[in-house]
Amino acid sequence: MSTTIVSLPDQSTARIPKVNFISKEHGLLSWLLTGDHKRIAMLYLASITVFFAIGGALAGLIRLELLTPQSDLMATDTYNKVFTMHGVIMVFLFLVPSVPATLGNFLIPLMIGAKDLALPKINLLSWYLYVAGGIMVLYTMAAGGVDTGWTFTTPLSTHYLNTNVLSTGIAVFIAGFSSIFTGLNFIVTIHKMRAPGMTWFRLPLFVWSHYAASILMVLGTPVLAIALVLVMLERVMGIGVFDAAKGGDPILFQHLFWFYSHPAVYIMILPGMGVISEVISTFSRKRVFGYTAVAFSSVAIAVFGFFVWEHHMFIMGVSTYSTLVFSLLTMLVAVPSAIKIFNWSFTLYKGSITFETPMLYAFGFIGLFTIGGLTGVFLGTTGTDIHLTETYFIVAHFHFVMVGGMLMAFLSGIHFWWPKMTGRMYPEKISQLAALITFIGFNFTFFPQFILGTLGMPRRYAAYPPEFQVLNVFSTAGATILGVGYLLPILYLTWSLRYGEIAGNNPWQATGLEWQVQSPPLTENFAEIPIVDHDAYDYDWLEKKHEHEREVTSV
Amino acid sequence: MDHISQVLWQFLIKWLTNFSLYPPEASKIAPQMDALYFFMVLISLIGLTIVILLVTGFSILYSKKRHPVAVQIEGSTLLEATWTIIPLGLFLIMFVWGSFIYFRVYTPPANAMNIYVVGKQWMWKAEHPGGQHEINALHIPTGRPIQLTIISQDVFHSFSIPAFRVKREAIPGRYTSVWFEATKTGTYHLFCTQYCGTNHSAMIGDIVVLTPDDYKKWLDGSTSGASLAQNGERLFASLSCAACHNGRPDSRGPSLAGVYGSKLTLTSGQSILADEAYLRQAILNPSEHVTQGYSPIMPTYQGQISEDGVISLVEYIKNLNSNDRVEQTLNTTTLLPEGEGKAAAVGTSAGQTSPKQGMVKQ
Amino acid sequence: MGQQVDATGFAMWLFLLTEIMFFGGLFTAYLIYRNWYYPAFVAGSHQLDIIWGTANTAVLITSSFTMAMGVWCAETRRKGGLLLCLCLTLFLGLVFLGIKSIEYGEKIEKHHVPGFHYSLKSFTDPESDPQIYKMYHDKPLPLDMARHTEMYFGLYFAMTGMHALHMIIGCAILVYMVFRAQAGAYTTGHVTFVENFGLYWHFVDIIWIFLFPLLYLISRHG
Repeated sequence: MSTTIVSLPDQSTARIPKVNFISKEHGLLSWLLTGDHKRIAMLYLASITVFFAIGGALAGLIRLELLTPQSDLMATDTYNKVFTMHGVIMVFLFLVPSVPATLGNFLIPLMIGAKDLALPKINLLSWYLYVAGGIMVLYTMAAGGVDTGWTFTTPLSTHYLNTNVLSTGIAVFIAGFSSIFTGLNFIVTIHKMRAPGMTWFRLPLFVWSHYAASILMVLGTPVLAIALVLVMLERVMGIGVFDAAKGGDPILFQHLFWFYSHPAVYIMILPGMGVISEVISTFSRKRVFGYTAVAFSSVAIAVFGFFVWEHHMFIMGVSTYSTLVFSLLTMLVAVPSAIKIFNWSFTLYKGSITFETPMLYAFGFIGLFTIGGLTGVFLGTTGTDIHLTETYFIVAHFHFVMVGGMLMAFLSGIHFWWPKMTGRMYPEKISQLAALITFIGFNFTFFPQFILGTLGMPRRYAAYPPEFQVLNVFSTAGATILGVGYLLPILYLTWSLRYGEIAGNNPWQATGLEWQVQSPPLTENFAEIPIVDHDAYDYDWLEKKHEHEREVTSV
Repeated sequence: MDHISQVLWQFLIKWLTNFSLYPPEASKIAPQMDALYFFMVLISLIGLTIVILLVTGFSILYSKKRHPVAVQIEGSTLLEATWTIIPLGLFLIMFVWGSFIYFRVYTPPANAMNIYVVGKQWMWKAEHPGGQHEINALHIPTGRPIQLTIISQDVFHSFSIPAFRVKREAIPGRYTSVWFEATKTGTYHLFCTQYCGTNHSAMIGDIVVLTPDDYKKWLDGSTSGASLAQNGERLFASLSCAACHNGRPDSRGPSLAGVYGSKLTLTSGQSILADEAYLRQAILNPSEHVTQGYSPIMPTYQGQISEDGVISLVEYIKNLNSNDRVEQTLNTTTLLPEGEGKAAAVGTSAGQTSPKQGMVKQ
Repeated sequence: MGQQVDATGFAMWLFLLTEIMFFGGLFTAYLIYRNWYYPAFVAGSHQLDIIWGTANTAVLITSSFTMAMGVWCAETRRKGGLLLCLCLTLFLGLVFLGIKSIEYGEKIEKHHVPGFHYSLKSFTDPESDPQIYKMYHDKPLPLDMARHTEMYFGLYFAMTGMHALHMIIGCAILVYMVFRAQAGAYTTGHVTFVENFGLYWHFVDIIWIFLFPLLYLISRHG
């Protein structure tokens, strides 16, 4: 008996379905002016990959500089620009849009049984705004970069730097609106466009997590927008809102900035958690344990996530009593994530588990996100935050949750839905190897940084005391391995577009409406809108369906 | 070992003997914070182990080969409750424990010796009450609570002493403070941990902890002339503060003797504590901080005086005590641990007459 | 189709919610600094011409009325009425912007624009500004409080500027709508665009209803 669940059609005669969303129209304009959510998702995938590569290269430069204690690879100003651009690109041009704009865009209409998103033109506008933001960032880099740090801390960014703060602020502002429109589209779609019979509690958990993330996108991002507008006005006009000499308060900027930027991290992670739910379920052939708990925990994270922003400011002279409130709320927001981890673990119980690449990435997610999330509690506890904040402990924490968590989830999802999006399978053996390399490289890169942080090494340092060198060398060595791990998928996924095995409708034998249609799907997704009469992850329904194999969803 | 080169061997030995996972514990709060930290490490390890055991255990037990047919399980409210309540309980323990430590670190005891720290791009200036100035260094004695009153002259910086487990942001426009009591002599790292521009990584220094005797010797050896309060007295005179704040009954400004630490009622009716922050604000933004019964006629000194100057003035006013005769002196060795300001008389102020208000006398 | 109408209406309300969050940041900053520097805010507010402000408020409220009438015309398929209402709304919107630019011009003349030769004279020496002095007989502000008037004007320009930007975008869309209405696009049963734009226009109006008392009416009673 095979130990995988891959069920491919007979490769000697299999073909990609003749009519699908890719082959339906030809020509560059048909892509650039499309309203099809699937094409827009592919546009996003291409552009996000480009920016990920740039951000990754910048990371490589950071780690190279930190091989030696002295600031010797590049001028300190240049180093400051490198880590700023790395942060800006990775946060705003990669992490925030990654799963929602690629996988979310592609899958949400399919998962709920709709023909497209509610507002296809707005969806295309979202992509153009993203590209415009990205071009502004490229312009900033060409014009000499910016060195405010991705957090734009005032008054450094408003009065003490001569670099391209304005263009970066505009870039992030524009990219923010891309995010707002995507979230808006998702909320309207999920509320209004579900197929008959698709009740809220029959939705896949992927949809729930995107719904929660969209609430955050829609309500939080405008506050970032106004914070950036005020920074730009301060720079250009000197209005004084953040200038202590004029009676302004730079701490006000911190409040406005973190009011968005904390929910932002949940915007980044929630969609990834949605991916993990789908993958764990499919590769253990089981419904997700505690569906309701996982669904509600997504919403709980979104709601609580709005009320914890001051935990980024515990040592900034805020009222000690206010820290009690925010620290307590931070503990509360940590619990739903713990609930999810345990629910996913118990989904494996009495399942029938196989270890294809998406599942390997999902396991990596569970381990690394647990570490990252727990170290968040170290930082949410005010007593330990004093020592650990503003050091490499923070850097390690957020890379564990964002890279070890989010990026692994993104890769898991890309591999999982690659057959659906392209009609072809990726090569399994090399991708499992890449997953392993990534996991090993990641731990080597970022675990030493926890120790560095506890030892006191500050973040954003181009030079450091020599006793920190050994751990930094470890970290850079790991980064090299990690780089290989990320390069491989870019290469073999591209290769698979031409030479991958034909996937067929449902190579993973998964539930979910997207797997009941052809790969790649039709432009209108469904030949006829399905009527839903079963819960999510209903493997009995899937078995019964295959008993009378009626192919009504491909041409 | 012949196979390993000498260089590598020395490197390994050095690293293995000097290696540590956490900085030296050189302050009273450090072991307390480390206790919480290691508790959290322990809980995290247990939690991580549980998750890893569950995942690997289930993966092995229920791999497709061993368990070909999956059993659909909806969930278990009992389990949900368990893994909600236990983590929440543990997090709440950490919250309470951590909050106690946090309050401890940011609530200086009344008898703490105050040292001012001014951060600016890209260096730290420490100002001892006796007038000793240090750049990128701080000499302190063991066994004495020390409060740092910190301010930035330009952008956000952050004053960090990992060995003491303390850190505090230096903010432009406002004092922040933190306190500690050093327990071990030695030299420890001082870092700026808030990104502040080009030479952020160069804004580092040494915290030199001395025995009380050595500290006294250092104070003697590094006197730079006037103490902070004396400098403040000089500024007080040169900026003509005494024109209004002279303690006479018909003076246009309130008497400043003993004002530090007292409760003041402002014209708005609000009652505030006259601490360093208030004094600084009263000098720079006087019209918002007028004592009840007086007109808002004090001019602002914003732009005319640096943060160092403000610190000197604040120190001067702090030591203006109606009970003691505060007389400043060039001889800073008399600034004993038991109390500042009790020293032999020199006094250089001009024009004050009423002894009743406790102003500086000849 | 009904689903699409329903969806776009819902989307518009959601978008307005994001706009509330956007302006919310400005309102937060305003509330904090007004609380801290009340005398400066009063003095700054006295520099604004309440007649222009009231006129603008009346203009905007009327334009909201004409917009609502326009929506009704579209729903009842009155093409002529719709065109009239849209043109009136556009006209009133432009009047608003015109009055705003007059006000901005006054501020520029008196050097009350932060960062561009900002002058404290009107606040430290109110009698040098006879027009305003006649109305309010302000006492001179101490220098440090006078400096905070720059904060008031900074927020004034940020808030009214952001509002004006939304008005300009609204007027541009109105121009587009006039042409489309002329072609009969909205009077054949497809009224969603007009309705949703009406929501947007009302929202911009409501923002002004908040801005007006906060900026113009500080401590004006009786």
